[in-house]
Amino acid sequence: MPDLAKQRPKFLNLFAIRLPLAGYASIFHRVSGIGLFLMLPLLIWLFDKSLSTPESYAQFQAVAGHWLIKLILLGLLWSFLHHFCMGIRILLLDIHVGIDKVSAHKSSVAVMAVSLLLTAILGAKLLGIA
Amino acid sequence: MNRIVTGAHYGLKDWLVQRITAIVMALYSLFIGAALLAGVSGYDGWRALMAQGFVRFFTFLFIVSLCWHAWIGVRDIWMDYVKPAGIRLALHSLTAVALVGYAGWAIQVIWRL
Repeated sequence: MPDLAKQRPKFLNLFAIRLPLAGYASIFHRVSGIGLFLMLPLLIWLFDKSLSTPESYAQFQAVAGHWLIKLILLGLLWSFLHHFCMGIRILLLDIHVGIDKVSAHKSSVAVMAVSLLLTAILGAKLLGIA
Repeated sequence: MNRIVTGAHYGLKDWLVQRITAIVMALYSLFIGAALLAGVSGYDGWRALMAQGFVRFFTFLFIVSLCWHAWIGVRDIWMDYVKPAGIRLALHSLTAVALVGYAGWAIQVIWRL
């Protein structure tokens, strides 16, 4: 076995690797997860302020209304939605729904499309456009 | 034989925990999303929603699920990309301590409602 392992090809040039869409959906799952993790202090702080007192609620509104925070929240909104949709896809794959190549590709397209569409709709609300 | 020691037997349990916590969080997200769509807004409405016994219980489950789920996910990322044992141990510790702190912080927000 160790001999076999040594002969495995190793190709790690990130700029030359062409991932299938499901591969991108998967790496975005990781990126969105770490993004949500890193921004947890901000989210819990906002949650805290939104519930403590009417005065702190006003503070929550002021901070959440700042353009820079809105931009971060927009990123986190996409992160949440992508993580949510991809999570459902993973749960379905776990119970052997859509594991053939064609269905797995279609579901990764669906994850990307639905999460981006919902980000656009909810993000427009967040930014006060719609 | 040159074996790499990575620990043992926590793989399946973590896999299962990751799924169960994901389902709890998905259901909670849908619940809160539905409540907001149903017109819960402003400080009074938001506080009244979150102060209900059932919602507090559900929020508590969500917070615990989130932190446990994040622990498994973030730990796996450190294990994949960070090879030096010292830095990896430091990152694991930092992640665990931060998540326990976040859980306590978020839980006391709903506890005092």
